[in-house]
Amino acid sequence: MDEALLRSLTPAVLGVLVRRGADFAAAEDAVQEALVEAVRVWPADPPRDPKGWLVTVAWRKFLDATRADATRRRREDLVEQEPAGGPASEVDDTLRLYFLCAHPSLTPSSAVALTLRAIGGLTTRQIARAYLVPETTMAQRISRAKRTVSGVRFDRPGDVATVLRVLYLVFNEGYSGDVDLAAEAIRLTRQLAAAIDHPEVAGLLALMLLHHARRAGRIGPDGGLVPLAEQDRARWDGGLIAEGVGILQAALVRDRLGEFQAQAAIAALHADAPTAEETDWVQIVEWYDELVRLTDSPVVRLNRAVAVGEADGPRAGLAALAALDDSLPRHAAVAAHLRERDGDLVTAARLYAEAARKAPNLAERDHLTRQAARLNARLNARGPDPGSRRG
Amino acid sequence: MAKYLLLKHYRGAPAAVNDVPMDQWQPEEITAHIKYMQDFAARLEKTGEFVDGQALAPEGTWVRYDGEGRPPVTDGPFAETKDLIAGWMVIDVDSYERAIELAGELSAAPGAGGKPIHEWLEVRPFLAVPPTITE
Repeated sequence: MDEALLRSLTPAVLGVLVRRGADFAAAEDAVQEALVEAVRVWPADPPRDPKGWLVTVAWRKFLDATRADATRRRREDLVEQEPAGGPASEVDDTLRLYFLCAHPSLTPSSAVALTLRAIGGLTTRQIARAYLVPETTMAQRISRAKRTVSGVRFDRPGDVATVLRVLYLVFNEGYSGDVDLAAEAIRLTRQLAAAIDHPEVAGLLALMLLHHARRAGRIGPDGGLVPLAEQDRARWDGGLIAEGVGILQAALVRDRLGEFQAQAAIAALHADAPTAEETDWVQIVEWYDELVRLTDSPVVRLNRAVAVGEADGPRAGLAALAALDDSLPRHAAVAAHLRERDGDLVTAARLYAEAARKAPNLAERDHLTRQAARLNARLNARGPDPGSRRG
Repeated sequence: MAKYLLLKHYRGAPAAVNDVPMDQWQPEEITAHIKYMQDFAARLEKTGEFVDGQALAPEGTWVRYDGEGRPPVTDGPFAETKDLIAGWMVIDVDSYERAIELAGELSAAPGAGGKPIHEWLEVRPFLAVPPTITE
């Protein structure tokens, strides 16, 4: 049984229940139970109409769960109602669910968890494993999130930007756990792109595809990080790159630039280069200038300094870096890279070691420690250099 | 079964036998070290003795309550802090002897020159739940 296909029906089924009058929290529980039942029953007895089957089972679960007298009266009314059908409303339902699960009243971690469960159809246990927290903790986070949005009206569209931020967070969370969050984020963004015509949704989808395409090249045979310039480009997924570039180009011609399209454009320029040396850094700097204009983010300015270093030489990169606060995350790593390219290996080795101490994750720390060790080994082989060693 | 915390220190432990900062190793020695640590954890998962393992950033902040309606006081990080935890592994094993044996293996992780680091690790028993039968 294709679990992703089963889970792709989640928002449509949930939408039907909510439209029939079920409250969101109870409907979401009922849909989860129906999904669990499907995993159990379908392999031996696949239904002819999977969505119809899920709606029937979820609705029954919902009715079973609502036992109080007052609710029963209401439920008897509800049973009489036929779901308002039609493919157009199904798309609207899906879209409304995305807005609801990314509602601004939710914290980012709650919005992420609720999106993965109510739209992604993942179980609480799968989400808990993906984020390395106990299942009871994740269950509480999700039920609190459901309570938070329980008063939100389901009929109004929200801000697409909030939904995109949530999907971006899911994608960026990495590849730990038994659920592939990056692939799940792509699936959810594809589904969103099918429901709404918006250049930034397309931009985010293109960005995800272009980064996902490089995934096999990013990790070396020893499990360590491989920097972009050293990646084996034959291991990149050409199909995903072509799809990402196509989606991006269609979005860009509409002339409504946003930060995700600009980020995707940078990723596309990297993907386009047959070798690292053939990268069009001048154009990449121009896209970073657009990104600075759109976001004014110091992290973007830091990445721009790297690009300037490649386009105009390490001295220019260091000049761009000098304008930035050195407490920025990864500042030392960027400085180390530019110093090395400028030939100042002693400073570069010291900065790599400092960057390793400040690294936000183990993979980066290991990589940066190796960079420091690589330069120190070269410096030591060259003979005693009073500046290269301390203590 | 009893749980033990194997603590690794950035600072505060007695000096290791093969005590060379990691950025002065050969790059392939770092790779070998990381592989040894990963293989060790994977092996304990297979034997059913692994519970958790985490690495910590070197810099932290001291925080304390500062009274009703006031934000907490923060201080540090202090460069001179004597004891600095680098990370831990929690194991669930049948005996104290087994905990010591495993900590010994972890301390044998290769370092500079491909030789074991002989790093001092701290083994701390968890305080367990009270037993059901007490007499």
